[in-house]
Amino acid sequence: MYGLGILQGLGVTLKRLVETYTEDLKWGLKRYTTDEGFSNRQSPDTAGIFTVQYPEEKLAVPERFRFVPFLVVNDDDHPEEPGKYWCTACGICAKVCPPQCIWILRDSDPETGRPVPYPAKFWIDIDICMNCGFCAEFCPFDAIKMDHDYELASYDRTSAHVYDMEKLGKPLSYWQTIAPTRAEEERLAREAGELAKAARRRR
Amino acid sequence: MTDLMPESTEHTVTDPIEYLQQKFPGAITPDTREGYKGFIVESDKLVDVARAIRDDLGYDLLSNACAVDYLKDGFLEMVYDAFSTTRGGDPLHFKARTDREDAELPSLVSVWAGADFQEREAWDLYGIRFAGHPDLRRILLWEGFHGHPMRKDWREPYYEEEHKPFKSRWPDAQVERAEMRVPYGMNVQYPPGFTLEGWTPPGDEALYAGLITPNTGIQGVGIQQLQTDELVVNLGPQHPSTHGVFRMAVSVDGETVTRLKPVFGYLHRNHEQIGERNIWLGNMPFTDRLDYFCSMANNMAYAMTVEEMMGQEVSERGEWIRLLMVELTRILNHLSAVGFLLNDLGAFFTPMLYALIERELILDLFEAASGSRMMCNYMRFGGVAYDLPPYIGGPPVKAGDRGRQLDTMKFIKELVYERLPRVYEEFHRLLTQNEIFLTRLKGVGVLTAEQAINFSATGPVLRAAGVPYDLRRSHPYSFYDELDFDVAVRYNGDAYDRYMLRMDEIYQSIRILEQVIPHLEETVGQEYWAGKRAYNVRVPAGEHYGHHENPKGELGFYLVSDGGTNPYRYHVRSPSFINLTALEEMCVGHKIADTIVILGSIDIVLGEVDR
Repeated sequence: MYGLGILQGLGVTLKRLVETYTEDLKWGLKRYTTDEGFSNRQSPDTAGIFTVQYPEEKLAVPERFRFVPFLVVNDDDHPEEPGKYWCTACGICAKVCPPQCIWILRDSDPETGRPVPYPAKFWIDIDICMNCGFCAEFCPFDAIKMDHDYELASYDRTSAHVYDMEKLGKPLSYWQTIAPTRAEEERLAREAGELAKAARRRR
Repeated sequence: MTDLMPESTEHTVTDPIEYLQQKFPGAITPDTREGYKGFIVESDKLVDVARAIRDDLGYDLLSNACAVDYLKDGFLEMVYDAFSTTRGGDPLHFKARTDREDAELPSLVSVWAGADFQEREAWDLYGIRFAGHPDLRRILLWEGFHGHPMRKDWREPYYEEEHKPFKSRWPDAQVERAEMRVPYGMNVQYPPGFTLEGWTPPGDEALYAGLITPNTGIQGVGIQQLQTDELVVNLGPQHPSTHGVFRMAVSVDGETVTRLKPVFGYLHRNHEQIGERNIWLGNMPFTDRLDYFCSMANNMAYAMTVEEMMGQEVSERGEWIRLLMVELTRILNHLSAVGFLLNDLGAFFTPMLYALIERELILDLFEAASGSRMMCNYMRFGGVAYDLPPYIGGPPVKAGDRGRQLDTMKFIKELVYERLPRVYEEFHRLLTQNEIFLTRLKGVGVLTAEQAINFSATGPVLRAAGVPYDLRRSHPYSFYDELDFDVAVRYNGDAYDRYMLRMDEIYQSIRILEQVIPHLEETVGQEYWAGKRAYNVRVPAGEHYGHHENPKGELGFYLVSDGGTNPYRYHVRSPSFINLTALEEMCVGHKIADTIVILGSIDIVLGEVDR
């Protein structure tokens, strides 16, 4: 029969429409306010509305999520060196950066003038940054990590978007909160590296 | 079996170079440079040799044509790669050379119509004139552009150094925005003695002059009959149905299209030159931005090409993860292509949004695995950057966060065994039999098999025209030869068949994924990234044309290495760009409303067209 195809197609949309309301009635407000309702909306057996109601609710980003780098800094309650940046100004992140958005100035000893493994200045132009994550991936000291904070709108791009060292620095505990398993893996790897180094020295 | 094969001279040639040398004595020289392949054709014999390659040797599909500037040696080289759609296998790789100062080569448009846009691109970016080209205008840059930017001695206003990394970043640390160094107004180079006042771009006149033709070639609706003038209409660049900033200058007679010229380059960023400045690995995130729907497939194509040049093996698990990602990419691309096609038809967003649900879930997997939903940057030379994540989603950190911890394998299985087949069936119910849909698509934008091959169309456009040509089968790579799947093919070559073909490919991709999942489970815990995890790889000197069956067609990378840490030449053969060559052929004779449908059925992404 002519028109059957259209009716069949409309059946699909009608089913979706009806399901939206029946699901909402079945769940009530719980569907949009609780975690349970949220996981129901996303599960394979669900029907009805699928969307996440941003900005009231946000999808938690996975640990590997990458959005603009930050520099890891010792926490304020660190026993020896509170507030110390882990960066050694080796420049690998600046070299591997595809759009070249990282500028590093190595610090020097005020008395001898010799360079020391510590950054004097560190800038990232986040307008240029393409969030590829190479800097974090190839940093041998776990000193630069990709952030999870993706809401960065601002009114001025020229000054507000060139982050300096102060703005880039975030404590280690922050990294441990946003990426607990990765931070733990890295800690174990660092400890294993230290042990191996110590063993070599003893020999 | 063999005695059933038809005997034909073209299939018996074992050594194409020998055959051509006999046929064209003195015109063929094998390329003996280290790491180089193929042969060099004398430019005065190029058209004849190309015709022999097409007709006698059976390499009927000119896949890639691009220029290389050998500044030190003082010549420009045009590189061609022709595939055989009947036999498959490696492409025939041949070149022609011309002087840098007075660069001119014969045009191959008369042999392969698919050379049209690629030669225009070579003219635009390298300044090679193609004698006999029907419409040699700039294609990506604007008509007033001064110089040919891909030449090695051309310098952009923001020029800093020949190669990255730049010294100003480390150790010098001179923080300065390029736009501060070269302020607005100074960032365009003009020819000497040029003033902007009183200058009109020559491009549009040439464009429109090419559109008005007395001979329309259309029966029945001639201008005389309707007593109307031909009218030139610009569709786009700011038009919602052109999938981005894309312009079609259409000459119409009444409502019937008589000529059509696509105009693009509005999103041009000279991707290839950026690629030549970058280190080898640094191009990986840039490939994401070509066809931003299929970043995983782009990654795979680039990684494969460089691996083939380096002789780098890929770890087994890495390869299976890549296949998983690439086939999921194919599904999500086709789902959204169908959705967008329906948008173009006026089914405002309903099918699109149905398609987006499954796409979102696939992107959730990409995000958990690679860290980004669309700009994945996931593949490395020798494998993938990270293993599959233990779970999808993340822990809630901030107020309002909805945390999820879904087991990855369970998530993938739900996707492949339940959700994707369901959405596939739902789309068939929703659309395939719909009479309005059929009326709008059937018989619209027909491309025959011969035309499709001649226009170098690849991917769904070629296969919907009845050519069962798929690089995954014709030139097997990765683990595709171990997998059981069919090359989807449809025979009418119209917009409806292109739609059906995409649905068929979704089905085949689900089949592939079902076979990939057991391998992923078997290889748990194995190495996912073979080789040295260094950022500064060196690639042995030489050239290579690597190709991959992207969802939109054949994505090729032509790379030349001089043994250093940066590519000497980085060319992208993008399927969307070359598939557009056939757009005029498909549109002429149809109503102007159908051009939108035809464009939608080709499925282009402007990030890849304009590069």
